[in-house]
Amino acid sequence: MIRSLYIAAKDLKAEFRTKQMFNSMLIFSLIVLVVFSISFGDFLGDSSKVEKLAPGVLWVAFTFAGMLGLSRTFVMESENGCLEALKLCPVDRSTIYTGKVFSNLVIVFLMEIVTLPFFVVLFNYSLDSGTLLLLGLVLLLGTLGFIVVGTLLSALTLSTRTRELLLPVLLLPVLLPVLIPGVEATAGVLAGNGLSGISSELRLLAVYDLIFFAISHLVFEYVISD
Amino acid sequence: MAANSRKTGLLAALAAGAMLLAVYMIFFYLPPIRDESGAVLSGSFRIFFFHMPIAITAYLAFVVVFVSSVFYLREKALKWDIYARSAAEIGALFSFLVLVTGSIWAKDAWGWYWIWDLRLTTSLVLFLVYLSYLMLRKSLEEPEKRARLAAVFGIVGFVSVPLSFLSIRLWRSAHPLMFGGNSGGSGGSGLEGTVLQLTLAVNFIAYILLFAALFAVKVENERMQEAVDEKRYGEFEEGI
Repeated sequence: MIRSLYIAAKDLKAEFRTKQMFNSMLIFSLIVLVVFSISFGDFLGDSSKVEKLAPGVLWVAFTFAGMLGLSRTFVMESENGCLEALKLCPVDRSTIYTGKVFSNLVIVFLMEIVTLPFFVVLFNYSLDSGTLLLLGLVLLLGTLGFIVVGTLLSALTLSTRTRELLLPVLLLPVLLPVLIPGVEATAGVLAGNGLSGISSELRLLAVYDLIFFAISHLVFEYVISD
Repeated sequence: MAANSRKTGLLAALAAGAMLLAVYMIFFYLPPIRDESGAVLSGSFRIFFFHMPIAITAYLAFVVVFVSSVFYLREKALKWDIYARSAAEIGALFSFLVLVTGSIWAKDAWGWYWIWDLRLTTSLVLFLVYLSYLMLRKSLEEPEKRARLAAVFGIVGFVSVPLSFLSIRLWRSAHPLMFGGNSGGSGGSGLEGTVLQLTLAVNFIAYILLFAALFAVKVENERMQEAVDEKRYGEFEEGI
């Protein structure tokens, strides 16, 4: 566990020196929000319609922006032959996976936190602190599911011919069962339902996260072995 | 090889016979079906007798993919990869048929081809997952790597399916529950009567035989393909 945190720290250090990935993800998700905000411009005064549209918009922005980052996770390593060095590290292969999950989670979650205020402004929301906390929890659980599967598939598509194209194609169908409760829980939070209103979705998300993490942890070794 | 293909031929003939019988029973043997209040249900209900066996067979195919993938990763024997890819292709086809037959029925019963109901979503996810499984296979050249990565995706993709399937019980579903359901679902009247059960059973046997026959043919084809490749490149050391 400590060792995977070292790997995560290394990734985060490299990322925050350049902020290459973070910036492009952030700008992408902001553009998605702006495009949706413009195209739904007529409804924005009507809060009941916004409540129906917003969760989907938010998750589309986060998933697609996150996918940009995920596709780079292992490309970055393989470009300079770093993946070979990483594999030579005296740690389990699954430790590398856990480290990558952790660093991706931090980056994508930060991106989401920065995006949220823009979302509040563009879609005329007013969030109080309790809602914000709950929204954070939903986003964290949903993003974790997304990252857990995405990191594995990012490594998996690394050696294919059409890697940037293939990642979304593989990831989205597997991810739909995570996205659906994620969107529903977000809708519940934004509609002002409390913790009890979205508890079944939250439980489902947590179960997905755990099972996907356990499975990915087990099979990761086969993805990067050669 | 010759004895093998004779067995496959026999299986195919059996499947064809069972299919004919199954179709005959659905259209000529089944009486008009009534619901609890005694009103005659529209004839579109008969599609259920295709729909459910196809759905179960698709699940069966995906279980084969999953199990073969696990065994491939453990043993690295080429035959498991052949099983996985053969079952995946048939499963994708069957899950597409599930969506088609379901939509035709839904248009008649609900008035829409599609609604966003959890059961329907799960079936769509199944179809998409195995479609992308086949895409993944297409985009990898090297046989060993293709088999290995496809096996990983076969496992991860399969996991999402039973999860969604179980989560059905958490939400209300518009999809009728035919067995064991007492709440939720519209028109979930349950299946009573030996005529209905017999028809369903024959259909089950027919579709499972069809799957077995298709699977046998496909596996045989893939083996021949491997043999041809081996002659051409001489790369394979693993035994089939």
